[in-house]
Amino acid sequence: MKEWMKIAGIRSSDITPHEVFKQRRQLLQASVAAGLTGVLAAPATAVAKDLEGPIIKSDFSTDEEMSSFKTVTTYNNFYELGTDKGDPERHAKRLKTEPWSVTIDGECAKPGVYTLEDVLKPHAIEERIYRMRCVEAWSMVIPWNGFSLADLIKRVEPNSKAKYVSFETVVQDDLPGVQRNVLDWPYREGLRIDEAMHPLTMLATGLYGQHMPNQNGAPLRLVVPWKYGYKSIKSIVRISFVEEQPETSWNLSAPSEYGFFSNVNPERSHPRWSQSRERRLSGDTGGFASLFSGKTDTQFMNGYGEEVASLYDGMDLQKFH
Amino acid sequence: MLSVEGHNVWPKFLKVLVFLAALTPFVSLVQSLLMGQLGPNPIDPLTDHTGTLAIRFLLISLALTPLRFLLKKTWPLRFRRMMGLFAFFYAFLHVTVYTVLDQQLNLTDIWNDLAERPYILAGTTAFLLLLPLAITSTKKMVRRLGQRWLVLHRAVYIASLAAVVHYVWLAKGDILEPFVYLAVLMILLSFRLVRLIR
Repeated sequence: MKEWMKIAGIRSSDITPHEVFKQRRQLLQASVAAGLTGVLAAPATAVAKDLEGPIIKSDFSTDEEMSSFKTVTTYNNFYELGTDKGDPERHAKRLKTEPWSVTIDGECAKPGVYTLEDVLKPHAIEERIYRMRCVEAWSMVIPWNGFSLADLIKRVEPNSKAKYVSFETVVQDDLPGVQRNVLDWPYREGLRIDEAMHPLTMLATGLYGQHMPNQNGAPLRLVVPWKYGYKSIKSIVRISFVEEQPETSWNLSAPSEYGFFSNVNPERSHPRWSQSRERRLSGDTGGFASLFSGKTDTQFMNGYGEEVASLYDGMDLQKFH
Repeated sequence: MLSVEGHNVWPKFLKVLVFLAALTPFVSLVQSLLMGQLGPNPIDPLTDHTGTLAIRFLLISLALTPLRFLLKKTWPLRFRRMMGLFAFFYAFLHVTVYTVLDQQLNLTDIWNDLAERPYILAGTTAFLLLLPLAITSTKKMVRRLGQRWLVLHRAVYIASLAAVVHYVWLAKGDILEPFVYLAVLMILLSFRLVRLIR
């Protein structure tokens, strides 16, 4: 039994044997393949863009109570649209998402400027209900629609020099937060290649079976459920395969507070917010009653330790936070 | 001048008006809360708004003495106590929202917050300094303490500084507002310093 498992409160009996995990994966892949044929039967242009066709249920989903659509779409951190939690929804219309293209470059065999349709076309859309833990000590449960980032990465064939993947958010000069220069734009994030290839890591195109609302990072965003929310970069226009660890926006802004990895870790103290507990915004929150909602204990790796902790074997998680 | 039986009623009327104006942000905050307009996580904006209101009223109360010398009129001094007490009122709400609603009176969590986060310590210092000032704000206490009252109430300078430092320290990303308060406070404090040196 490893040290992190004790920290995470995981009992040996909780750990899924590798064979079972592999079976689950095969089952999932089978269902993805089945879904793909269903999607291909639908008119090709409308496919993923309109979230039409079957949305495949994922084994990765939690059965915890979901945050309401209203909660998910009115309480956001998207600083390009403003720093107040209500700003992204308020200014959502100012983000222009059509046309949209994604530049894929760096250490891969098929770099290029891909239209959104080109990016999405081959991928069957799944529904994955993930926990989302913000570094500000609140959390939600969100039904995302999208696909594994790994499936896109395989298509563009990264080479052996691709040790990391970096991402950039669109910069549109007339957005209120961009004008204010609250961060050094463009917003940047990054993952180690094995984190990016992990089956939990997804590119999301929608939520609650609908197009991704602009305030949630339309039309294409990253979702990495075991990391603090700011790692899940919104409105992606660039994906680069690089050899060196890329710069990330919050790390540039305050290196001692926001590390490159940013894995959810209740044991690592943060200078602003205690990370040991969180306020879960589940159901339809915001009424008078939500003043008295308690906090719950934050789980190591946001409860995804079983799936991802092996990525960090032998690493000092206090140092590499 | 409006007068009733020889008494000038303007000052009293003005005081009521200022009192209602100072209470307005509280009323609108309660109203937004009851109407569900504070968003999905109301504890967050409640903490935020009560905190900035406390700082604003501290700055207003510190601006009245300089205003008196600028205008060469004494009427600004009549509002000092009320503004100071409103600052304490909003600070009290701020601390209550934090301890009761946010931390659910979990003493371990509050203690850890104090020990690990200097900005919480700065905020606590500000509040604990304001507490005796609010208690000794009655006319009776002013008379009883005499010269010592004046000395005691100089603690408001340290309290204000601690409160603004608390805000500057915790601000993330958008740091304009806390730095505006810091700048205003520096101007107000340097006014005292200049008079002291002269």
